[in-house]
Amino acid sequence: MHPEKQKHTFEPKIIAFVCTWCTYAGADLAGTSRMQYPSNVRVLKFPCTGRIDPVFILKAFQQGADGVLVSGCHPGDCHYIAGNFHARRRFAVFRKLLEFVGVDLNRLQFSWVSAAEGGKWVEVVTDLTEKVRSMGPMTEFKELALEEQWSGTIDTPELQEAYNAI
Amino acid sequence: MSRIGVFICHCGENISRTVDVERVAQEIGRLPGVSFSTDYKYMCSDPGQNLLKNAIKEQKLTHVVVAACSPRMHEKTFRKAVEAAGLNPFLCEMANIREHCSWVHENREEATVKAIDIVGMMVERVKKNRVLPTITVPVTKRSLVIGGGIAGIQAALDIADCGHEVILVEREPSIGGHMAQLSETFPTLDCSQCIMTPKMVDVANHPKIKLYTYSEIERVEGYIGNFQVTIKKKARSVDEDKCTGCGVCITKCPQKKIPNKFDCNIGLRSAIYVPFPQAVPNTPVIDRDNCTKFKTGKCGVCQKVCGPGAVDFEQQDTLIVEAVGAIVVATGFDLYTIDEKPKGSPIKGYGEFGHGKIPDVIDGMTFERLASASGPTGGKILRPSDGKEPKQIVFIQCIGSRAREKGISYCSKVCCMYTAKHTMLYHHKVHDGQAYVFFMDARTPGKSYDEFWRRSIEEEEAVYIRGMVSRLYQKGDKVVVMGSDIAVGVQVEIEADMVVLATAIQPQKGADSLAQKLGISYDKYNFYSEAHAKLRPVECATAGIYLAGACQGPKDIPETVSQASAAAAKVMTLFSKDQLEREPIVARVREFGCVGCFACKKVCAYGAVEEKEIRDRQGNLVKTVAFVNPGVCAGCGTCQATCPSKCVELDGYTDEQVIAMIEAL
Repeated sequence: MHPEKQKHTFEPKIIAFVCTWCTYAGADLAGTSRMQYPSNVRVLKFPCTGRIDPVFILKAFQQGADGVLVSGCHPGDCHYIAGNFHARRRFAVFRKLLEFVGVDLNRLQFSWVSAAEGGKWVEVVTDLTEKVRSMGPMTEFKELALEEQWSGTIDTPELQEAYNAI
Repeated sequence: MSRIGVFICHCGENISRTVDVERVAQEIGRLPGVSFSTDYKYMCSDPGQNLLKNAIKEQKLTHVVVAACSPRMHEKTFRKAVEAAGLNPFLCEMANIREHCSWVHENREEATVKAIDIVGMMVERVKKNRVLPTITVPVTKRSLVIGGGIAGIQAALDIADCGHEVILVEREPSIGGHMAQLSETFPTLDCSQCIMTPKMVDVANHPKIKLYTYSEIERVEGYIGNFQVTIKKKARSVDEDKCTGCGVCITKCPQKKIPNKFDCNIGLRSAIYVPFPQAVPNTPVIDRDNCTKFKTGKCGVCQKVCGPGAVDFEQQDTLIVEAVGAIVVATGFDLYTIDEKPKGSPIKGYGEFGHGKIPDVIDGMTFERLASASGPTGGKILRPSDGKEPKQIVFIQCIGSRAREKGISYCSKVCCMYTAKHTMLYHHKVHDGQAYVFFMDARTPGKSYDEFWRRSIEEEEAVYIRGMVSRLYQKGDKVVVMGSDIAVGVQVEIEADMVVLATAIQPQKGADSLAQKLGISYDKYNFYSEAHAKLRPVECATAGIYLAGACQGPKDIPETVSQASAAAAKVMTLFSKDQLEREPIVARVREFGCVGCFACKKVCAYGAVEEKEIRDRQGNLVKTVAFVNPGVCAGCGTCQATCPSKCVELDGYTDEQVIAMIEAL
């Protein structure tokens, strides 16, 4: 019998952007080795981390993700020569931007998981899930979305002014 | 409106044990756009595939999602089945609910929810999939081999024996490379020239091999299957068609005191020369820097004595363009010249070993020439300073290699074995002599290698001293070697007659500039990088270019030959079809939005992005935009993520598809 699984009040939604050659294959290996990890993660496959646009990460948060993982080949092992180096630079800058905007960087994780590292994949996913779970849901984007939704009534002086000007 | 068919596989019990497949099929069936949703025990089996094919026809499906194992496992299988049913294969996607779901989660509820999410995500994605035609590229069935050493010769012969034309380019006046310089080879001690020269003759006589010696690669354009190579044929000053190779010019040349590079500058040659007697082609070349005719305008003896009138002082360098479909790079190695610090290189010299200053301190290749029957001493081991036979000889290993602080951290791989061979050759030729070897470790993996090394100690009486040498200096006509024996813990001082240094193996000079012409990658030592260290060791990351021999890393002869044959096999695989088919996962530029910033060109590791001019009907330039050559593009998508105006799109991984997937979650 398996030990009784601990019940949690909050199950975070984790979206993982991975490259097909290393991390996706690493996650496959975790599967063929029947390793166990939390089921919160949803994997999106890309040819290379170089393909991953920072917009996707924003989009994921906007769609209600509580944590985002980006993972690819180890530096120097890129199947496409240098795609992961471009990704690394891009995300180093992007992290600064997210920090500036006020997103807790603990919700966003980058890692290198090779096709041979099924165990590392499990570790990375488990750690991130636990971390995000302890942080609670990501509410910033949801609040923004609520603010942006206009009820349809002209209920502020600014709106009234704009309406009159038309 | 799309009519999507979703097929959920049980994979026996592998999936259905933890995922409620029926519930997944039901829930997915309710998604907009899904017109058919079912589950089946084994989707990959024949009946499973037939179920898929029939459903496509009967239900008039436009897109297919198969939820089963990893796409790395069966994506090809299902795409083929979809194609057989008349759909474009790229309208089929796989949802991975085995490796990423049923095998890694135990809770049935959680796993089922996750499976529904994964399948739903792929349903949204597949709606945005476009019909992608397979890209075909014509293949020119000729190949270029760069480098005429054993690697290049082996690759050229293997390809030519399969009936494909080969262009073999060699920088030196003769093919043969370093192997032609060696005396005897480990671990069998067979004569290098005896096994090498027949292969050289085979190359010269092969009807399918076109040989360019004394030539260099000037420029390489194109991509896999379609390269245009410009070869610079340097002026030989001798007409190859007229020359009969009689050698009268060489014997009559008055300028005979030029150090012969082939003999490691120990022997001398004339100004018009062939590097060694068995040279292929046996056509002399005039060394214009040392020829009296070229220096002073007087002489011209060779021209006067040449019967066929082959000597031509007016000859110019010529450029030749050849079209090839594949390139084998086999440029080989060079020995580290330790006395000088190469300009602009992080590698430090080894002044303390006196190489270049003390005449009796030589490198391993010079010892090979001394021991070679066709060498400058006729195979007698004689020291360069006074021509005496050395009675005490010291070999020092790992000169340059495995010395991080000096700039080279790798092991040169062959030195342990060739030094063991040197001690044997020495003992065979100088019976009363004694050989000492200073070494760090003896690295002798390989068939019959360790036995060979043991033999040098046990039968040939070489004394191995574990420890490094701190200093060398000349004392009278002796060279004093000071070192330590760390096994015993004492200082050792040997008065040697001659010292042989096993210097590190480095890539050929100019390896980096050739790599830049070819567009292949190289490491910090200028060794060329293979596409995958384990699974694609002979291919470059650049499609259509293959590696053979020591240009990729230090190698011995058997390894080099194996790699050369492997590279030839790769070339033949490429040539087995007239058209090259490849996955259409390539980037495309939307020209109307492209502003021509070429950020994509800067990040493309493959050089696939070109500049394309858009002109109006009058021929005026409207703008210059990026153009992705589908033959070169590898499909990584880095350009798309970089493009500031989002005008490059990677087919199969478009922004639309990715956003659709994220929104489905």
